[in-house]
Amino acid sequence: MSTITLTINGQQVTVPAGSTILKAAEKLGVFIPTLCHHPQLTAVASCRICVVEVTFKGRKKLVPACMTGAQDGMEVETESAAVVESRRTILELLLANHPQDCLTCGQNGDCRLQDYAFRYNVPGAGFSGERHAYKIEDDNPFIIRDMNKCILCGRCVRMCAEIQGDGVIDFAHRGFNTKISTAMDLPLSKSECVFCGNCAAVCPVGALQEKGLRSSARTWEVKKVKTICPYCGTGCSIELNVKDGRVVGVTSCDGEVNGPALCVKGRFGYGFIHHPDRLTTPLIKKNGRFVEASWEETISLVAEKLTGIKNDHGPDALAVLSSARCTNEENYLLQKFTRAVLGTNNIDHCARL
Amino acid sequence: MTNSIDEIAGADFILAIGTNTTETHPVIALQVKKAVRQGAKLAVIDPRVTKLAELADYHLQLNPGTDCALLNGLANVIIAEELWDKDFVAHRTEDFASFRQWVSGYTPQYVERVTGIPADVIYKLAREYAGAENAAILYTMGLTQHISGTANVHAVANLAMLCGQVGKKHSGVNPLRGQNNVQGACDMGALPDVLTGYQKVTSDEVRAKFARAWKVDTLPASAGLTVGEMMAGTQKGCIKAMYIVGENPVLSDANAGDVKEALQKLDFLVVQDIFLTETARLADVVLPAASFAEKEGTFTNTERRVQKVRKAIAPMGRARADWEIICLLAGAMGYTMNYQSPAEIMDEIASLTPSYGGISHARLEKGSLQWPCPNKDHPGTPVLHKEKFVRGRGKFHRAEYIPPQELPDQEYPLLLCTGRRLYHYHTGTMTLRTGALEKYYPGEYLDVNPIDARKWKLTPGCRVRVISRRGEVELVVRITDTIPPGMVFTSFHFPEVPINNLTNPAQDPIAKIPELKVCSVRLELL
Ligand code: SF4
Ligand code: SF4
Repeated sequence: MSTITLTINGQQVTVPAGSTILKAAEKLGVFIPTLCHHPQLTAVASCRICVVEVTFKGRKKLVPACMTGAQDGMEVETESAAVVESRRTILELLLANHPQDCLTCGQNGDCRLQDYAFRYNVPGAGFSGERHAYKIEDDNPFIIRDMNKCILCGRCVRMCAEIQGDGVIDFAHRGFNTKISTAMDLPLSKSECVFCGNCAAVCPVGALQEKGLRSSARTWEVKKVKTICPYCGTGCSIELNVKDGRVVGVTSCDGEVNGPALCVKGRFGYGFIHHPDRLTTPLIKKNGRFVEASWEETISLVAEKLTGIKNDHGPDALAVLSSARCTNEENYLLQKFTRAVLGTNNIDHCARL
Repeated sequence: MTNSIDEIAGADFILAIGTNTTETHPVIALQVKKAVRQGAKLAVIDPRVTKLAELADYHLQLNPGTDCALLNGLANVIIAEELWDKDFVAHRTEDFASFRQWVSGYTPQYVERVTGIPADVIYKLAREYAGAENAAILYTMGLTQHISGTANVHAVANLAMLCGQVGKKHSGVNPLRGQNNVQGACDMGALPDVLTGYQKVTSDEVRAKFARAWKVDTLPASAGLTVGEMMAGTQKGCIKAMYIVGENPVLSDANAGDVKEALQKLDFLVVQDIFLTETARLADVVLPAASFAEKEGTFTNTERRVQKVRKAIAPMGRARADWEIICLLAGAMGYTMNYQSPAEIMDEIASLTPSYGGISHARLEKGSLQWPCPNKDHPGTPVLHKEKFVRGRGKFHRAEYIPPQELPDQEYPLLLCTGRRLYHYHTGTMTLRTGALEKYYPGEYLDVNPIDARKWKLTPGCRVRVISRRGEVELVVRITDTIPPGMVFTSFHFPEVPINNLTNPAQDPIAKIPELKVCSVRLELL
């Protein structure tokens, strides 16, 4: 494979031909801010926040790092005065039309606009002008859509088209009125949207927020535990977001099967974990009613009953149903228990259903 | 699956049979949609107009339960027109001569009569499948939940072998499993006739190996009962006690009314679950289990990928992980099961199961592994049957078409098909308690075609009683032309609509899968 060697902030780096400047910078661990760029989506270079200053063949210019190919002998400055100036202007323009309600925004702490405003010291609107006053869309139980916070990076549009493959949303109108919209500008709940939430997962600001998660924890309060979705057999990786011993939401990570994508069940179907109907104590039926019991009492009752029936009627009078929702280790133990302890092969599960 | 999920997007031809993938396996459907965007041809065999069918180049809306005839018809054309992969068939398969002979009866004209699919479509599809560089077949319960389920699966395998579409990337025969660890439950031997890794209980050698490892004198030698047989045995009084872990057969099994009656006959029923399910309510003892978020372990997905499940929170109240409860119970019955952690259990599994031989929690921490993974240096196996089939040569099985057991007649003039919805899962135990999914999709409908709606004088939103020979439920009508005339459709997600009281428990004689996809019903307007 042919390679390319360039210099970034005075450091040399060699990357495969065809790499972008952004890729080369990542290899060096040099930070370049991005808004519209997402590694799994096509590059559009529309936000321009990733501009860098390139000197190549004696000419100097500002180019978007996400889309500009690295070339042999290029010299790149990622934080030159011209670059910083340009980024500050972009941020000022974005903030001029962005609600400054960070105190109560669910995305606070996990927002690129906030991070970059801090980094480049852009305190608030340098311009004052017309502001949007879109109605916040929260008529569905999954996603809150606040188009006033939208920075029109188009990540959600590309996510829905390129990974989810549904193309439910797109840019509509022009100029100041440009907006991300469903067909006929209907709410998501009236559109073809399937509420996978994949658009919300890639929104770099707070325009698309997971309703449950963002209203129950500040972004820095949660611990994320990577595990596997409890629903279908696809086996998507999910991150359980835990606060004070409670699962308050699910986010996607780069799963081996699913990449950044999930479906509505995997992303929004976690509420059963803490549902008040959860069983929390062993129950023994006495005179037709369940009464709470201790583990000791319950286990010895079950052991006694199963042993009694085995002795009176033989092991094949016992049968066990295992679960396609238990772990491998549990299924293994249950069939071991059935065969080695009960002494029967009467074990099955609902695989056929 | 013989192949992996991420290979689907690279296929040039996808044949999806009886799978409503966008609703049942939404993230796998992303790969299908991607393949289509990249120019792959998609053929969908399904009586319903699913989302996938809308994307398809070919949608074959066949008569329900006639898949086998259609697949044989495709094979017939491929042989007659000499389009088959002669090299693959000669070197990798056996019994082709007899296959060729019996499949010759499935002429496109005969198949058209049975399936309702025009002969010229059968010709076209056969030529496309045979001509594709890499063709992947996907299927789910729409193919298997029939009395002819095993024949249907054999017919699929025959077709793939005939065209050499197995054992290489972007191809294969790919059943998509419905529940997150159904593959693992099978792999672990939660089945009446096999121990872990499909080692037969009838083999003396296998039993001796396990008996030694488990420190018992003997293990039972004859195959046990399947779910359906257990329920029948309970009715007859031969089964006296059951221990049910994490399943809800009162809602999920065919002819569920009988299942409930059977379970009530037991002398003793123990149910271990996270909720007081319809099944748990019948129990003498209920054991509270931890949810997936409250324990360590592994799940094996539909592409044989073993992945780590991690504990995020403590179990609710006094609930315990299923593995801990099983250990307690074994101990109380005089058999010591002493494990410090699920990782230790996996080590025991690996020592007894060749296909899991190289799998350990320590390795899985670094990334998942697809079995077979026979030793600790083996990287896992994304594509099965590469050089040869497990049994050596791939066998062409005889797979003759048998019509569904119960078809509409004068008394019960409509065909009921059951399935799943995007927003719900299985018997709804979890998805009806999320605070989100059930708010968005709060109740179930009976989907009815406009022609039938006119015929039975139904209006959108009206209530009907749906009656089969076995039971009845009430449902709200939704009129939609995604359902063919003569068919009605609903799901089994809602306890208030126990649709499996109606379904037909007639089973496939080999796989013992009930015919949940076809039974006949009549409607009464309420
Ligand atoms: S939730 Fe999913 S389907 Fe709906 S707009 Fe977002 S990406 Fe598209
Ligand atoms: S996120 Fe959706 S597709 Fe993925 S495993 Fe869960 S239920 Fe299946």
